[in-house]
Amino acid sequence: MEDNEHKTDSRRGFLKKISTGSILAASGLAFSSLSSCKNKSTEKTTLLTPDGKLVQVPNSEIEAMEHLYHGAPPKEARKGIPGKKFVMVVDLSKCKNARKCVQACDKHHNLTPDRPYIKVLEMQDNEESSPYWMPKKCFQCDNPPCVKVCPVGATFKRTDGIVLIDNERCIGCRFCMAACPYSARVFNWGNPPEGKLDIPYSPETSLPSKHGTVAKCDFCPDMLRQDKLPHCVSACPNGVIYFGNELEDAVTNGEETVRLSTLLRDKAGYRYMEELGTKPRVYYLPPVDRLFPFEKENSENKTS
Amino acid sequence: MSKQGEHKQEFNDRREKDLLRHILKTSLSYKLWVGFLILVILIGTYGYYRQLKYGLIVTAMRDYTSWGIYISNFVFFVAISLVGSLFSSILKLNKNEWSKPLTRISEIIAVSAIICAIVIIIVDMGRPDRFFYVIKYLRIQSPIIWDVIIISTYLVISLILLYTSLLPDVALCRDRLTAVPKWKKKLYRIMAINWHNDPKQVAMLQKVTKILAISVLPVAFAIHTVTSWLFATTWRPGWDSTNLGPYFVSGAFMAGAAAIIIAMYFIRKFINLNAYITESHFDKMGKLLVLLSLVYLYFNINEYLGPAFKMVGVEGEHITELFVGKYAPMYWFVQLGGLVLPIVLLLFKGMRRSLPISIISTFIILGAWFKRFLIVIPSLQHPYLPIQGVDESYLHYNPTWEEWTITLASFAWFLLIITVLIKLFPIIPIQKHEHVSKRHPILNFQK
Repeated sequence: MEDNEHKTDSRRGFLKKISTGSILAASGLAFSSLSSCKNKSTEKTTLLTPDGKLVQVPNSEIEAMEHLYHGAPPKEARKGIPGKKFVMVVDLSKCKNARKCVQACDKHHNLTPDRPYIKVLEMQDNEESSPYWMPKKCFQCDNPPCVKVCPVGATFKRTDGIVLIDNERCIGCRFCMAACPYSARVFNWGNPPEGKLDIPYSPETSLPSKHGTVAKCDFCPDMLRQDKLPHCVSACPNGVIYFGNELEDAVTNGEETVRLSTLLRDKAGYRYMEELGTKPRVYYLPPVDRLFPFEKENSENKTS
Repeated sequence: MSKQGEHKQEFNDRREKDLLRHILKTSLSYKLWVGFLILVILIGTYGYYRQLKYGLIVTAMRDYTSWGIYISNFVFFVAISLVGSLFSSILKLNKNEWSKPLTRISEIIAVSAIICAIVIIIVDMGRPDRFFYVIKYLRIQSPIIWDVIIISTYLVISLILLYTSLLPDVALCRDRLTAVPKWKKKLYRIMAINWHNDPKQVAMLQKVTKILAISVLPVAFAIHTVTSWLFATTWRPGWDSTNLGPYFVSGAFMAGAAAIIIAMYFIRKFINLNAYITESHFDKMGKLLVLLSLVYLYFNINEYLGPAFKMVGVEGEHITELFVGKYAPMYWFVQLGGLVLPIVLLLFKGMRRSLPISIISTFIILGAWFKRFLIVIPSLQHPYLPIQGVDESYLHYNPTWEEWTITLASFAWFLLIITVLIKLFPIIPIQKHEHVSKRHPILNFQK
């Protein structure tokens, strides 16, 4: 675990390079929105505002701003992150069902193990071929059946390609669950297990979850706003999951950054059940030249 | 001439007396029946209280079987409600005389069923407190919104249909019933809105009834077609079918006709209307039911033969589960006991008598309810991607006692609305203009 955390830090570098500006813009926002409140703390930090001025902000106020990174409030969350079209590539040849993506996702979305957003499925394409592990999240379809059927617009498609749910609007009819051909959605049948989380609600983190509403994998937009990778990507010990911006034609698994179009062409990338016309934003690379044999139990998932 | 007039007078007096009697006299069996229904409703209310308190977790629905018996019950009630249009539109526009005494029963059943459908869909919502978001944040693209629009339209038309046909009789109640409590008098007075059998009023009412009879038909077809689209617009096996609209509509007419027959049986028995609802009515209803069942059988074959012949992927798994798997007993009970056998039996005249046909109709109704269970639940248990990595309870669906009591309470509501409306108003239209001979059954009927 220690090792993983160091890796995570180094992985952050990649997306940071893509747009350092947005972080500075956000801190500028932090300053202006908080400058009215008085603080007697003497320690200050120097920050650069969007208009190029250097300003000093008390440390306590910087901490307070961490809350903003819990994700945008419902209205804000309907707009995507500008200039992005997020895309994911899952290399099935590298997955050994280590379940680290599931655990990281559960932890950050406050989920119980019996009801995860990510499912690692045991798949077998035909009787002759050997089985393989298929990590499955929400495919964030460009032609999303769930969004089409929602009677109140509680689930929506953003400009950056992400499909999110506003659980302050969801009426709990579960039509989206029936409509999703990939069974990506879960429902809060009872009260959320975490009890009352005392943070402002954001569709970007799906937290705090509300009973009687639907939820699903959200591609962690709160992380993306900080130019960090989604939790499942950085948690994977085998670099199975690549993530990036389609507009830049680049994806990374945190260790290597590759050209999206080349990767999909060279490794015969495909989208699950392409024929349905849902246009998923998650691609799979077929399980050829596998790194691991197919085992139900291995050293990494045994303890979980 | 005068003899004919005498007969007519005697006929009308007798008719009024017979058809208003149950309003004046409250029998013990009526009180017991209403008490029983209220008890069932109270138990269901407790189940719903628990559901509101703890959430839908008290049901057996989980992430894969995300719709359960609430939704199948909803589809069932929508189906039953179609029968109103069968009588007040199809049979009426075809100038059938025999079906006229049954029109009001059918209209009452339609109104009651559609109200229960609306209630049960609110029960199914994870957030009933946000019901009005459906209007506030309405998205016209969603088939649910189409359903909301068409069901409320049908409710309004059905209520107006019931009311307009009731209007002359309510006026009669106002004029004739003097020995009823004050609130009832007031009710009749308000509801009769100055109706005096004025030729002008009668002409206007006939016009309105005709317009309604024509306009209710497309709306009735639409409510069940749109309800079928809630399923047909998705990719689930068994739902992903172009056949679903006519399949649902034909099944609805069959179930509705069976419901009418059962209602006829009990109304005739408990309000003593043997002269008004005759064996000939049961015979004709039996023939009609066979016709409607044959249409439904045709669409059933269409629904299953194609996928069963091809057996492709999850569609094949779904069919296998229905034909020989977990749901096979229920499936064959529904198809044989609730469809094929009734058709065969009702071909015999003896089976179209009141008692046997009512028993057969009960099987049809049971079959119709479980058929909707089979439409909703097994489809959800056969997603494209395998069900893995979830809690054991997610793999099965066995409705909990809360779900059953709430569902039974919805039936009790359905029956209670019907019972109360029957108690308040004449169940057979009294105002009638027909040739009366001395041999008319009503004049010769001995109680």
